[in-house]
Amino acid sequence: MNTLELKKKATELRKYTWQLIYEHSNGHTGSDLSCADILVALYYKVMNQTPENVGSPEADTYIQSKGHAVEIWYEVLADLGYISKKDLDDGYSKFNTPFIGHPTTHLKGMEFNTGSLGHGLGLGVGVALAAKMDGLSKHTYVLMGDGEQAEGSIWEAAMAAGNYSLDNLTAIVDHNDLQISGTTDSVMRSNPLDRKYEAFGWEVVEINGNDMDTVVKALSQPNTSGKPKLIIANTVKGKGITVAENRADWHHKIPSQEEYETGIKQLDAQLEALGND
Amino acid sequence: MTNIDEKMTASAVISATLDEATKTDPNLLVVTCDSRGSAGLVPFTNKHPERTVEMGIAEQNAVTVAAGLAHAGKHPFVFSPAAFLAMRSIEQVKVDVAYSANNVKLIGISGGNSYTWLGTTHHSLNDVAITRAIPDLEVYQPADKYQTKALFKYLVKSDKPAYVRIGKKKLDNIYQEDYEFVPGKANIVKEGKDIALIACGETLYSAYHAAELLKEDGIDAEVVDLQSIKPLDVETIAKLAQSFDQIITVEEHDVINGIGSAVAGIVAQYAHAKLTILGFPDEPAIQGPQDEVLHYYGVDAEGVYKKAKEILGK
Repeated sequence: MNTLELKKKATELRKYTWQLIYEHSNGHTGSDLSCADILVALYYKVMNQTPENVGSPEADTYIQSKGHAVEIWYEVLADLGYISKKDLDDGYSKFNTPFIGHPTTHLKGMEFNTGSLGHGLGLGVGVALAAKMDGLSKHTYVLMGDGEQAEGSIWEAAMAAGNYSLDNLTAIVDHNDLQISGTTDSVMRSNPLDRKYEAFGWEVVEINGNDMDTVVKALSQPNTSGKPKLIIANTVKGKGITVAENRADWHHKIPSQEEYETGIKQLDAQLEALGND
Repeated sequence: MTNIDEKMTASAVISATLDEATKTDPNLLVVTCDSRGSAGLVPFTNKHPERTVEMGIAEQNAVTVAAGLAHAGKHPFVFSPAAFLAMRSIEQVKVDVAYSANNVKLIGISGGNSYTWLGTTHHSLNDVAITRAIPDLEVYQPADKYQTKALFKYLVKSDKPAYVRIGKKKLDNIYQEDYEFVPGKANIVKEGKDIALIACGETLYSAYHAAELLKEDGIDAEVVDLQSIKPLDVETIAKLAQSFDQIITVEEHDVINGIGSAVAGIVAQYAHAKLTILGFPDEPAIQGPQDEVLHYYGVDAEGVYKKAKEILGK
């Protein structure tokens, strides 16, 4: 896919996510919309991973440490055929469903159960360390939130990744500056993340995480530093739908019918502007 | 009771057993938290540096990283003092190991009161309570060197997550060289008819020696080694509950939700037997040398002996 196609895909999946959340009255709306471009770049352009090879030694591993943004991930996996879109639409948040509010290994493509924040980076360290031991060329990607950076376990994992020079590990912080109670700076200041991770032995790049071209480039660039790489992806929480953008209360707010319809119109307009036919 | 073979610490047995297992398991790893010395693993880690993953003093991350390693096909054994592994890391154990079915073996070293004068920060008197409440996590407590070796041979082959609590003492040998470990199976170590004494790990010796003291008084006590706290041998415990009027459990653990509670859950369902749970009371534990503390709380041989006499009115 080229950049334009990736942009369209991200917009289309934002729309599906918005629909899923509205129809079932459950979901982490702002968080999903924030990281949509990152997931699309990884799944449709960057990662060596397919429904057929996921979990195998040669396939890249994706770990979503910010597990609550699961709806956008469901839509990606459904679109790519890892899981059934119909099953998702029918079963999401229902009794005895695998489609719960956080990722589970019941579903193809989800290699770890996440949702409790601060676990993903350590899991990634384990997978990347095993790949080094086995001489595998696979790469491990971990998506974290910025509010999540307050978890101490992240810094244990960051230290270990630096200690073991895990240049086969890329972590991305979905840096939208908002968490459930307000701005990350007002809740618990984790900034400046670049200097912190650099001090822990990481290569750090900072990008606009909602600009597809930039996201793809940052994720695709070969890592020659000999260090694990952190991409601070500056994003907009709720990206793509005006009412939800940059609003902490949209962390898991469900749109009203009016908001829903307006959101769909906005996303359709974005698709049209991108040349959707 | 004991055979004449040399006594060994559990950690020495484990180090040797895992060393042996490297011959057949290319993926076996030990994950340490600055704990290779205290876990008695130095012979292993010196011989197998490529199988040693040092995580530093970071028990939470050690468990999570081990889960990642296991997901990638490795067979990690994580070693850390039981006090830290079963409490500081417990959410990682729940989420990354048990819930995610990652084949991580969690080895809680220096369990119970083994750290003696180092105090409550280092004692694990709640680890069984916590670990046995987690679904899909097996919980074991071996006693002598043959049982420890057999248990670890099982753990090397098993693909299920497990927590094991070991102590620091060199324990007498109860079992024989050919002992085979069966998960979910309690062992009748000594048959008896007047009262059943159930224990595991280091307190198995309290029960055993108490039975010897009781014998001198004409009381015939049965001694049962629970060994597998989860899965629990419901059948054997139910039979005991039906065969005996009195059962005593003995544990180096808080009386809340340890092996006494595990046994109580079965006894209450199946029979009339009265159960007495010996353990550490629900209060800040007294500090000091291990044997003196165990004596103080009545979980040594003398304490079990006295309690049995009292219960039987003899």
